[in-house]
Amino acid sequence: MGELRLMKGNEALAEAVIRAGVDGYFGYPITPQSEVIEYLTAEKPEERTGMVVLQAESEIASINMLYGGGGTGKKVMTSSSSPGISLMQEGLSYIASAEIPIVLVNVVRGGPGLGDIQPAQSDYFQSTKGGGHGDYRLIVLGPSSVQEMSDFVPLAFDLAFKYRNPVMILSDGAIGQMMEKVELFEPIPRLTDKEIIERYPWATNGKPKGGERRILTSLDLDPAKMERHNWHLQKKYKEIEENEVRFEAINTEDADYVIVAYGSSARISQKAIQLLREKGIKTGLLRLITLWPFPYKQIEALVGQGIKGFLSVEMSAGQMVEDVRLAVNGKVKVEHFGRYGGMVHSPEEVMEALEQKIIGG
Amino acid sequence: MSEITIKDIIKSGKVVYQKTKLMTDTALSYCPGCGHGTAHRLIMEVIEELGLENDTIGIAPVGCSVLAYEFMDVDMQEAAHGRAPALATAIKRLWPKKTVFTYQGDGDLAAIGTAETIHACNRGEKIVIIFINNGIYGMTGGQMAPTTLIGMKTSTTPYGREVSKMGNPLKITELIAQLPGTYYVTRQAVHSPSAARKAKRAIKKAFQNQLDDKPGLSFVEVVSNCNSGWKMTPLYSNEWMVENMFPFYPIGDIKVGGELVK
Amino acid sequence: MTEEIIIAGFGGQGVLSMGKILAYSGIMQNREVSWMPSYGPEMRGGTANVTVIVSDERISSPILRSYDTAIILNQQSMDKFEQTVKTYGTLLYDPNGITKHPTRADINIYRVEGAKKAAEMGNTKIFNMIVLGAYLKMKPIVKIENVIKGLRKSLPERYHKLIPLNEDAIRMGMNSVEIVQEVK
Repeated sequence: MGELRLMKGNEALAEAVIRAGVDGYFGYPITPQSEVIEYLTAEKPEERTGMVVLQAESEIASINMLYGGGGTGKKVMTSSSSPGISLMQEGLSYIASAEIPIVLVNVVRGGPGLGDIQPAQSDYFQSTKGGGHGDYRLIVLGPSSVQEMSDFVPLAFDLAFKYRNPVMILSDGAIGQMMEKVELFEPIPRLTDKEIIERYPWATNGKPKGGERRILTSLDLDPAKMERHNWHLQKKYKEIEENEVRFEAINTEDADYVIVAYGSSARISQKAIQLLREKGIKTGLLRLITLWPFPYKQIEALVGQGIKGFLSVEMSAGQMVEDVRLAVNGKVKVEHFGRYGGMVHSPEEVMEALEQKIIGG
Repeated sequence: MSEITIKDIIKSGKVVYQKTKLMTDTALSYCPGCGHGTAHRLIMEVIEELGLENDTIGIAPVGCSVLAYEFMDVDMQEAAHGRAPALATAIKRLWPKKTVFTYQGDGDLAAIGTAETIHACNRGEKIVIIFINNGIYGMTGGQMAPTTLIGMKTSTTPYGREVSKMGNPLKITELIAQLPGTYYVTRQAVHSPSAARKAKRAIKKAFQNQLDDKPGLSFVEVVSNCNSGWKMTPLYSNEWMVENMFPFYPIGDIKVGGELVK
Repeated sequence: MTEEIIIAGFGGQGVLSMGKILAYSGIMQNREVSWMPSYGPEMRGGTANVTVIVSDERISSPILRSYDTAIILNQQSMDKFEQTVKTYGTLLYDPNGITKHPTRADINIYRVEGAKKAAEMGNTKIFNMIVLGAYLKMKPIVKIENVIKGLRKSLPERYHKLIPLNEDAIRMGMNSVEIVQEVK
């Protein structure tokens, strides 16, 4: 068993970054995730593992540092919160097109605009539908515990390098700021420069002797070639959709109703299904782990199993519910419930919403 | 009478000019008469002469030189507009023994990317920035640049740049020379053989500084022409540049060895 | 066993750190724990609160609307949280500064003169440990030795010399807690 600690989500993430053998963290402070860069600078990772930590001049610079650093085959990452992630969208589009493996973390806060610093899940559209310009996707992981804030760091890097695609850990202010027991994984050593050069022949870390130069770009002025590049990307996204859907089904086997939720909403909903079951209302929870790819097929299967209604619970005005509706395809009732703008729903509110909107409505 | 072959014309010992080894065979996309090609060549010659072919990563900008990676035969990344110094920062930090340079135009470096430029300079990143200043946005069709001279006509200042509306041309090179993080700052030109020779020496010095791990960033501005954007013949554009650009953007070293010149 | 606790008072009373020590003690006793600081508009007005859950099972919601135990350390928190205690639940408070004492008849109510005792012991900073002691006397969800282990884990090394004082404070709380009413 690994070392047990009581940590904030943001701290567990930062410790995991060091343990995951990450080569570089580039970030800009923003509440509620500044603990990440504070923890990293305090821990002297340059001494622990040789990792580079740099406070950039902006989120725009941070994401472009990832573009540069990731392009050389190193494991690089950043973290921010909603307004900062908006600033990164241009860079993310370039990174997705140039197929650079990077990891970024969004500890979502209330919006729109400057919003507030309380937990929210209102960046779902931006995260799962691309976010910047052009046809592209991020792989999006939604941790719902401090443990997953830690565990998803190495997972995110595995996926990023497997598919040469940016991966986002979509957290929220509640998971970032709460403390839980976390079992830390054993440190994974950083790759040596030699290993990186051998493993990633696409990486621009100096033209191989006697070989061809490598170019990382998102530009092709020939539209026919650009369309071919898009086909290639779409094929990759299809493969990710086939292979990487992750979720946890809790008490869905005998359920009449299912709540679909992720992150802290999934935790709150888990308590809600407990309260509902105490009342004799058989409710299950589909907790999403990957938000993209989205478990369309699994939800379709639940419809086939006889689920009478779905409640999508998220701290937004109703974003993920659109995907749930797509999956259910009009066959049974789908409603959204959530508090937003930094307000968090209680388990009782979720329970009442299911009773009123799905059963009673 | 036997046929004359190329071997009869070009013989060893008679070579006075040849293609730069680290330039690819791709035909340059620049307008005839443009200084970009010469600047590319000088950089590639320096990289070859310093033996850095396999240890260099270059960053291309957005602008006319967006396709610089098509011509430069080293590992290259193409940055988002203005962000080349951010890419270069991370690459150099993660691969301190490699040589990293950016190649940026005036809009890229001194308008949209001002923050990235100033902060990379201020942190003293041990990289080389090559800054091509032709006072206009060439790629998008001749709009005003931050470095456009007062009174100069562009497609967005059709009656000439007015200070009251658009402010003064930005001397970004003098600005970054003030920062303790810059080690070598110079302004050069490539419009004549002698200017190109001097520019090459400056570029070589900049790369040598990086190789020698000198404390700070080396910055080479190249004042260049844009005959298409300026709507001039190539020859006349160079004369106009000498008469109008050089008085405002004087050629020469601004900072050497971390000390301001003069 | 699942114990859902809200600890609420003024910022500076050691509310968050008391919750943290309790959560760490839970880990030392092989329990699942969560610690969720105040969020939303509740943060305004200089009040601080933290929800701590200690359980044998995986913890679902770290955010709650009703609690097994409320530990209340100022009047604003009394106004806000007295009604959130579950029926047959527990309310522990320090009467210092309380003008309206709890009135519910369906809960267990205990009081501890934490501020007064801390002053008597000559260190106001151990106030929260006195309250923690009082709580653990009434709800022994973790053993004292695990609290000490938790302290050792959560306090920076330079403060470890203060652990015996904290232990004294916990015992002081255990010995001085008073029963106001017990319903079950």
